[in-house]
Amino acid sequence: MSEAVFKNPGSLADVQTHYCPGCTHGVIHRMVAEIVDELGVKERTIGIAPVGCAVLAYNYFNLDFHEASHGRAPAVATGIKRARPDLMVFAYQGDGDLASIGAAEIVHCANRGEKVTVVFVNNAIYGMTGGQMAPTTLPGQIATTCPTGRDTDLAGFPIRIAEMLSTLRTPAFIARASVHKPIYAVHAKQMLREAFTYQKDDRCFSLVEILSTCPTNWGIPPAESTEWLEKNMIPYYPLGVFKRPDGEDRAPLPIRPARRPHHAE
Amino acid sequence: MAKKLMKGSEAIGEAAVQAGCKLFYGYPITPQNEIPEYMSHRLPQIGGTFVQAESEVSASNMLYGAAGSGERVMTSSSSPGISLMTEAISYMAGSELPVVLVNIMRAGPGLGGILPSQADYFQATKGGGHGDYRLLVLAPWSVQEAADLVQDGFDLADHYRNPVMILGDGLIGQMMEPVEFHKDRKPIKELKEKIWAATGYDGTRPRAIINSLFLDPATLEKHNHKLQAKYAEMTRDEIRYETYGTDKDYDILIVAYGTVARVCSTAMEDLEADGIKAAMIRPISLFPFPYEAIRKAADKADAVLVVELSAGQMIEDVRLALEGNKPIHFHGRMGGMLASPEEVMEKVKEIKAGKSQEVSHV
Ligand SMILES: Cc1ncc(C[n+]2csc(CCOP(=O)(O)OP(=O)(O)O)c2C)c(N)n1
Ligand code: SF4
Ligand SMILES: [Mg+2]
Repeated sequence: MSEAVFKNPGSLADVQTHYCPGCTHGVIHRMVAEIVDELGVKERTIGIAPVGCAVLAYNYFNLDFHEASHGRAPAVATGIKRARPDLMVFAYQGDGDLASIGAAEIVHCANRGEKVTVVFVNNAIYGMTGGQMAPTTLPGQIATTCPTGRDTDLAGFPIRIAEMLSTLRTPAFIARASVHKPIYAVHAKQMLREAFTYQKDDRCFSLVEILSTCPTNWGIPPAESTEWLEKNMIPYYPLGVFKRPDGEDRAPLPIRPARRPHHAE
Repeated sequence: MAKKLMKGSEAIGEAAVQAGCKLFYGYPITPQNEIPEYMSHRLPQIGGTFVQAESEVSASNMLYGAAGSGERVMTSSSSPGISLMTEAISYMAGSELPVVLVNIMRAGPGLGGILPSQADYFQATKGGGHGDYRLLVLAPWSVQEAADLVQDGFDLADHYRNPVMILGDGLIGQMMEPVEFHKDRKPIKELKEKIWAATGYDGTRPRAIINSLFLDPATLEKHNHKLQAKYAEMTRDEIRYETYGTDKDYDILIVAYGTVARVCSTAMEDLEADGIKAAMIRPISLFPFPYEAIRKAADKADAVLVVELSAGQMIEDVRLALEGNKPIHFHGRMGGMLASPEEVMEKVKEIKAGKSQEVSHV
């Protein structure tokens, strides 16, 4: 018997992306693709591309894909997963997409406990449209629609999605990671693997928030932007696992797990 | 199957089930709550799934995802909810996804009221959302016809890979009438395998990408031409209408659709007793619209009367059909007020007596 020398080319398409130099969208794509390969679920995985810089993600993955409208990826994911529970479904979303226009969709997708995985790329800015303020833009951070820096009196404080979603009572896996340096990327991949595994095991909703760079719209050269991320974003957006389906809730509520109602015959 | 007395809303739900729809995503809004309620208990019986979404925005995007995976899916709503769905409707039209949408129209604009209306005709037939797209729009006038059109709608949606809208009003939803579901119903179109659906890429076919984004303008124009060719095909093959009393001589031709046409047919009977000759044409497909049939039916008439539960929306298509060759009169009620047979009779008599003012051409 001969051994296979060439394996499946993998879940990442062999094409050049349009991402700017120093942008971490590409690294995150690669990790997601590797995990889909490692879990052996390529033939039954469906991705959902967002509206944002990753809008063309369907060209970069060697997988069947849906392109969603702005912010609606969790609803599209729900639609697919409920139609075909045997499929692995992941949504890839930016911070404007998920935390602003799609805030309702992500909250309710998580709260229904849809068994899908969301890869949430937080770069604290609207990348694609040219650097406007996002709900995640840091206090004082300059963006084209807050030229003197985010004023928390007017715009409120940045939304911490991982923390917010982990307050939901429904079991889930919620984590935050970063990929700006190799050691962080190793952890990020572990979290992504855990997230996809929960789906594979038909356990729960999973979301990994990944801090990401946008040198172009931050107006910071690529090398410095990883430093900027570490110095400014990580203190506000702490890394780690916020919630596991079998772990303690962050704030345990004095209610018992929901049970199925008994029906009379 | 024997005839069964059913509410319009339930008949619509059951028709979808009979057509093989196992998925329903919806959000409550009066006057169509009975459809999601029916589906929430009926679908689990057949191994299907009902999801109450957090909004119509979400419900319609769930539909987009489910349709993209090749399953038969439906949602229903009423006017304000359909407004929220127009984003996804445009995306589904652009991505060529087959879905069935039911709009049980209520009076607007804004929150309006909860009583029957036909004021979403423009929204349904002329777009509603952004971009050059069309829905195939079918308007039933009875519970039986609603059930039949829903089943046909699934076949048409699959055949054309296009959203189909069933446009009813609050009366259709609430009315109870006998309905029959034919056990051995055959699809009205030859249905092909959905090889375009995103069901997982195993290398045996090209990758499936459910998408309406084409950044290259020449490619997008080509895509638009393809959509337009499809709409032209619908216009050629899918026009539906019925005529009443057009085999005899008549002075007045009534044009009405949906439950309003039933009111008009009652008026016609009474007019006949009074010796006034009127006929009626009832468009069933609102897109594609039966322009040619209306033009022909108007040949024998001295004048045409359009009756709608709106300020006059379909009348614009009737004008296009008649190209100024016949005087057109209009009777409309709004806000959830219904047109009565007496009102329609009165209007016809006024037209005959030269007392009704023609609709001005603006
Ligand atoms: C309904 C709608 N509103 C606005 C836009 C414009 N738009 C495109 S991308 C985008 C922001 C995306 O930002 P984010 O989600 O943070 O992704 P990033 O580009 O930073 O990765 C906006 C507002 C749109 N396409 N659709
Ligand atoms: S604009 Fe920002 S997020 Fe978008 S590709 Fe460039 S660096 Fe990445
Ligand atoms: Mg962003």
